[in-house]
Amino acid sequence: MAISFPFSAIVGQDEMKLALLIAAVDPRVGGVLAFGDRGSGKSTAVRALAALLPRMKVVVGCRYNCNPDLPAEFCDECRARKTKGALKSAQVPVPVVDLPLGATEDRVVGALDLERALARGEKAFEPGLLARAHRGFLYIDEANLLEDHLVDLLLDVAASGENVVEREGLSIRHPARFVLVGTGNPEEGELRPQLLDRFGMSVEVKTPDDLPSRIEVVRRRDEFESDSAAFVAKWAKEETRLRKKITSARDLLPSVAVSNAALERAAKLCMTLGTDGLRGELTLMRAARALSALESAKTVTDDHLRRVAPSALRHRLRRNPLDDAGSSVRVDRAITEVFG
Amino acid sequence: MNPVPAWFDAVIAAQLFAVDPPGTAGVLLRSRAGPVRDCWLAILRAALSPSRQVKHLPVHIADGRLLGGLDLNATLLAGRPVAERGLLAEADGGVLMLAMAERLSSSTTVHITAAMDQKEAIVERDGLSLRMPASFGVVALDEGLQDEAAPASLRDRLAFLLDLNEISLREADEIVIDGNQILAARERLRSLKVTEEQVDAICAASGALGIISLRAPLLALRVARASAALGGNAEVEQQDIAMAARLVLAPRALVFPQLDESEQREQPPEPPSNASDENENEQKAPDIDRALDEVILAAVAAALPPDVLLALRASSGRSRARSPGKAGMLQKSSQRGRPAGVLRGDLRAGAKLNLIETLRAAAPWQPLRRREAAKAGDGAARPRVLVRKDDFRITRFKQRSETATIFVVDASGSAALHRLAEAKGAVELLLADCYVRRDQVALIAFRGSVAELLLPPTRSLARAKRSLAGLPGGGGTPLAAGLDAAFALADLIRRKGQTPTVILLTDGRANIARDGGQGRPRAEEDAMSVARLLRAAEITAVLVDTSPRPGPAGAQLASEMGARYLPLPHADAAALSRAVLASVS
Repeated sequence: MAISFPFSAIVGQDEMKLALLIAAVDPRVGGVLAFGDRGSGKSTAVRALAALLPRMKVVVGCRYNCNPDLPAEFCDECRARKTKGALKSAQVPVPVVDLPLGATEDRVVGALDLERALARGEKAFEPGLLARAHRGFLYIDEANLLEDHLVDLLLDVAASGENVVEREGLSIRHPARFVLVGTGNPEEGELRPQLLDRFGMSVEVKTPDDLPSRIEVVRRRDEFESDSAAFVAKWAKEETRLRKKITSARDLLPSVAVSNAALERAAKLCMTLGTDGLRGELTLMRAARALSALESAKTVTDDHLRRVAPSALRHRLRRNPLDDAGSSVRVDRAITEVFG
Repeated sequence: MNPVPAWFDAVIAAQLFAVDPPGTAGVLLRSRAGPVRDCWLAILRAALSPSRQVKHLPVHIADGRLLGGLDLNATLLAGRPVAERGLLAEADGGVLMLAMAERLSSSTTVHITAAMDQKEAIVERDGLSLRMPASFGVVALDEGLQDEAAPASLRDRLAFLLDLNEISLREADEIVIDGNQILAARERLRSLKVTEEQVDAICAASGALGIISLRAPLLALRVARASAALGGNAEVEQQDIAMAARLVLAPRALVFPQLDESEQREQPPEPPSNASDENENEQKAPDIDRALDEVILAAVAAALPPDVLLALRASSGRSRARSPGKAGMLQKSSQRGRPAGVLRGDLRAGAKLNLIETLRAAAPWQPLRRREAAKAGDGAARPRVLVRKDDFRITRFKQRSETATIFVVDASGSAALHRLAEAKGAVELLLADCYVRRDQVALIAFRGSVAELLLPPTRSLARAKRSLAGLPGGGGTPLAAGLDAAFALADLIRRKGQTPTVILLTDGRANIARDGGQGRPRAEEDAMSVARLLRAAEITAVLVDTSPRPGPAGAQLASEMGARYLPLPHADAAALSRAVLASVS
């Protein structure tokens, strides 16, 4: 596989990087959508994340990346295996699975294993991309151009955390919990509101417009392209530091306290903005908690809320096409109103 | 003003591209098919050594062929899935030639750009999961006229944007290219490095030219390296940077660079061609950073043709690329749509065999059929997979017919401003609704003596808002021209398999005839005749009569058009959008 650009070497784009780190600390935040200019490093950041994430423990031989420490969430195969004896576990990289636009349905959900069916006449299930993405990330580049029937399929699985396959006489269900990461360019069409809502956080990505950071971007990219291995080695220390930060944040996360006052603030902010449903509040809380954990803070403060609010709420506002102010501006306004 | 002919630049671009096809990413060749283009392509072929194969990509390529998929013959012979390489993987190490790039569908574009970014083709289809190397250069042949252009996402990734439309055959000299020189340059390329000052200068120049994308300076650096390699230099020099700026940055410039006036007068834009070695030393000022900036900007300024400069000054920083491609519009072709399941069926003409499903249907029966076949005794030439007629599965596509609503707005006369504001509001409201239903909206305005397509069919709110801002009003009422434009667009939309709906906002009082002549009777007669055309084509239409006192003129026009008549003298945007929605659905 190609060497990917180190995450810590990405210049600027703080909001996007933070959102991805938050999703890495707490997958329940529910995914990240990065919309913005061409050539601003959206895809680079997502691919870089794959190399950054700490490894995870899986059952050896499991096709669904089951976690050996959580027997309650085992797939059917692991359950059967467990009755026969102890399961072996191994450390593997967290999967960051690409969902290319031209993917067909059978590859996404999984289907009859043709090779075994043809060669041996066996009816066996071949897991698809959703199985591979379990406990990891599912990345859709140009998410706004994804075909509708694939979008419907994803929505269903993302909501239930389980992939149910009923086709070709197969009847299979397996866990499929993944963090959805989408990128796209709004010039090429909008995203369906239903899919938009599934993303926990949405960030707007802009090309840096100040000269020093533009120069830095070009310089680093050029350095990376002329000698990738040396460049990655140069940033290895920084990557390790960041990786440790994610690991310790994950450990800290369950003990981060959210005060009633903070909950109230979050609810008030959502009411001011008139966001639909309760998903906004939930995401806001979870993201703020993950941020506190990242910064080794034991309690969620107003500052944490304020910093994650734009990405957690921006895409949940009711659309008003006649209001020219962008959604970011509206969120900012509400933040000033609530937090003073 | 422009000492180096465009043709010379085009030939240099061909050579530089040939030196480093994947690095410089490619060439967008905007030109009509003709001898000039053929001449350029011949030069390119000579420059690319025979080892670099050129793969042609037809505009309506199927995804399976582009990305790769299951090889039918081999699969049936081998009795196990055999992958077939797609065109992207086949182009690895070579050049991919895109015909009619302005007509590329958004999905094809995305596949190509994704492969360009990752230098890999990723296949997740037909039960296959593959990654294949796909490092190639692209030559996109853009035959678009006026508004039609290659997708912006592709344009952004290609180093060279050439326009051969203005070059006459006389100017297009055949230039002999030494293939060995290019091969030697390719060898040198690896060891060439750019200095930090050069990176800074390129970034500063692209910033000064209003270029937003960061791909431009990166591409410029690669072109500079290719230029140094081609020139046989051991290091990337000032002239290489200037060359890269002229070829890569100048065509993307959105603002005219603010050159220091006094400096510019002293130091006229120097043609940074290969022959500039002699005065190179003079140029090296002590403060190299600053000097290099200016050399680059001077090079860019020299490359911009005079009329472009005028246009740039006039628009002062406004985006030139008003219509960023037509992505989203061509998204649904009749071959794609939403697969509505698979059907057991015969292979009739036009039916699309779903190979995977067919094989899946056949798979469970294989042992049984083999036994049967063995019993029947024809074991000699038995295929590996026994497929029977009832195994055939046909993919059915259900395509929800998309609607595209065309607003035709009368922007003439004194009430124009008011009406336009309403129409703008209504378009935005409808668009918000269409956005939920994934339908499209277009806007045509007519005033003075012409009709103008202000907003090509789109689903993007961002684009619509940009087009709607600053819509002018006033002048005569060329109703016939407006209806003509609406009819043409409706026809186009229908050919794409979408359903057009025309919403005409007018007071029905035409006073400019089709040929631009004055006179009410003739103008009205012309309008009526186009209206009948719309009715004959059975295009759904709504006529919103916006005159203060709705009269018989509007009603008559509506009946000639076969349109629903909606007298709405004082409607606001919300009422208008409600009425239109009610009458359309």
